[in-house]
Amino acid sequence: MTGADDRGVPGRPAAAPVPAPRAAEPPRRTRIVLAEVSGSGSRADRTRSELTQQTRVGEALVRGLVRAQLALALRLSLLVLIGLGGLPWLFAIAPSVGRVTVLGVNLPWLLLGVAAFPFLIAVGWAYVRLAERNEQDFTDLVQRPER
Amino acid sequence: MGNGYVVPAIVAVTLVTVGIGFYGLRLARTTSDFLVASRAISPTWNAAAIGGEYLSAASFLGVAGLILKYGVDVLWYPVGFAAGYLALLLFVAAPLRRSGAFTLPDFCEVRLGSRRLRKLATVFVIFIGWLYLVPQLQGAGLTLATVAGSPYPVGALLVAVVVTANVALGGMRAITFVQAFQYWLKLTALAVPAIFLALQWQADARPAVTPPDGPAFRTATTVVVEHRATLTFPDGDVREVRPGDRLYFAAGDPVPEVSGTATDAADWLLPDTAGDDDRGLFATYSLILATFLGTMGLPHVLVRFYTNPDGAAARRTTLVVLALVGVFYLLPTIYGVLGRIYTPQLLVTGQTDAVVVLLPGAVLGDGQVGRLLAALVAAGAFAAFLSTSSGLLTSVAGVISTDVLGRGSVRGFRLATVIAGGVPAVLALNLSGLDVSQVVGLAFAVAASSFCPLLVLGIWWRGLTDLGAAAGVLVGGGAAMGAVLLTVLGPPLAGWPATLTTQPAAWTVPLAFTVMVAVSIATRRRLPTDVGTTMLRLHAPEALRL
Repeated sequence: MTGADDRGVPGRPAAAPVPAPRAAEPPRRTRIVLAEVSGSGSRADRTRSELTQQTRVGEALVRGLVRAQLALALRLSLLVLIGLGGLPWLFAIAPSVGRVTVLGVNLPWLLLGVAAFPFLIAVGWAYVRLAERNEQDFTDLVQRPER
Repeated sequence: MGNGYVVPAIVAVTLVTVGIGFYGLRLARTTSDFLVASRAISPTWNAAAIGGEYLSAASFLGVAGLILKYGVDVLWYPVGFAAGYLALLLFVAAPLRRSGAFTLPDFCEVRLGSRRLRKLATVFVIFIGWLYLVPQLQGAGLTLATVAGSPYPVGALLVAVVVTANVALGGMRAITFVQAFQYWLKLTALAVPAIFLALQWQADARPAVTPPDGPAFRTATTVVVEHRATLTFPDGDVREVRPGDRLYFAAGDPVPEVSGTATDAADWLLPDTAGDDDRGLFATYSLILATFLGTMGLPHVLVRFYTNPDGAAARRTTLVVLALVGVFYLLPTIYGVLGRIYTPQLLVTGQTDAVVVLLPGAVLGDGQVGRLLAALVAAGAFAAFLSTSSGLLTSVAGVISTDVLGRGSVRGFRLATVIAGGVPAVLALNLSGLDVSQVVGLAFAVAASSFCPLLVLGIWWRGLTDLGAAAGVLVGGGAAMGAVLLTVLGPPLAGWPATLTTQPAAWTVPLAFTVMVAVSIATRRRLPTDVGTTMLRLHAPEALRL
């Protein structure tokens, strides 16, 4: 709190640093005011332009986002690959699994005919949440780079 | 078949579809009107529209028919048709929407800036579109022949003409409301009869699906054979039958074993096991790859994503689509399983795709309820043919008019529509012996071996070059295309060659990815200079407003 006060409140920076006797130097005062106000914004703008101008920093940021999203997608596909893709192999090497019945229905019919769909939807739901969180992190990084 | 409700129901669905299309046309005359209007549509409506366009004859009729014929191993069709949307969600949905591309050829140009690649993509869009249209028309011919007794070509031509005229005159053009209506109609048309069927099965004291003595006829049945087959009777008698042969069975007679189907109870009920037949396992994995990765490459699916306002909405819409089609795919299994009990004659005739439309009558009898439900199912089936064919035809005609005929005038679009609708109609009249779902499965295999690598590598890998993309599409997609043509037009094959051509995805998809990556690395100098800007555009969240 006090730290922020020492640096001046960005909203009204003109109040403290300008003593009355020096009223003869308005241009200088104006310049300082502008610098103070835009101080926090310009860094975000700089990050933005680094993104759009494809500087090394900007490219690294985009690569980070792409890598995070791709890693997320690959992790979830691995989950599906094991959870669903493993089934034909499991049924093939362990035929007894196919003969197990639950409520009078053979397990493969239940897994493929019913359980597969909620599983896919759950993975999709998780992806949407996590992908949006990745994007939020990226947006925060660009808009408040000091964090 | 004297069900007086069927034809009016089919006519009503057709009129409502055409009618709403023309009514909507007055509201949305230009592409931009359509786009602006679509922004006001919630993700749920949009998702229902995508689902309505996606659930085709293959889903509505074909899946149940395959389950009746082959059993548990083909449950991968519905799982894969739904899982395709998960792959689309994970790897494609949001970046593709952000790219601003409307069609696959557009994406090629946005990402790689190559006109020649665009032309190549056009060829594949047309091929996949036609391959997907043929089974829709086949399904229509089969349904009308089954429920109204018309000759096979009538139904196929009817749908072809209605859809072509409708698209050419501008109706149904991206009318979200029609497609969303079709989704709910299809869901209702399968769900409501399924409840009655299950109740009747209970009332019949739950006859076993796989009785110890094998399936048997419940009532006296006359079977007219439609496809050449070898029948093995329980007493060991083997008989060759030809189309047109009539066979008489009394109530309680066992169903003869039919060559090429899983008549044997254990074979039908239990998955393939290792050792006895590795080709089965290969075919299963091939099917999984084709359906999981093929959905993202279907022309009519991608176009719809443009109606989302931004990438985040595209993601949410895809999730809702996944849920909607997931709910739908619970139902065909019920029909396939009950068909084992109530319509075993389809195993002998070979017309297993008709199980969905025949089952209500077979289970519930010729009473009022049975007739009404049969009409409802027939109406749902026609909704499936109309909506999917319209979506496909619009996409195919779109690329033909812009990329093949040149400037996209209204006259050009109409000409393109007639071409795009005429070719599959001719094909459908000449190919009636293939299972609806299997032909659709082949379309998925071609899409998975051509557009899937192009989209996935294009979106996630900076190193993709135009030459690499073209080589991958040509080699992988070309191999899949060759396998399809060999399956559909070539001589009947047996053993491994048959498996490798009827289920090609397990070798063509890795081939396409490998060639695409290898040639891209070898032609690294051709990397587009603006790849950084493109990647930013594909992946940057809209919140940044860059």
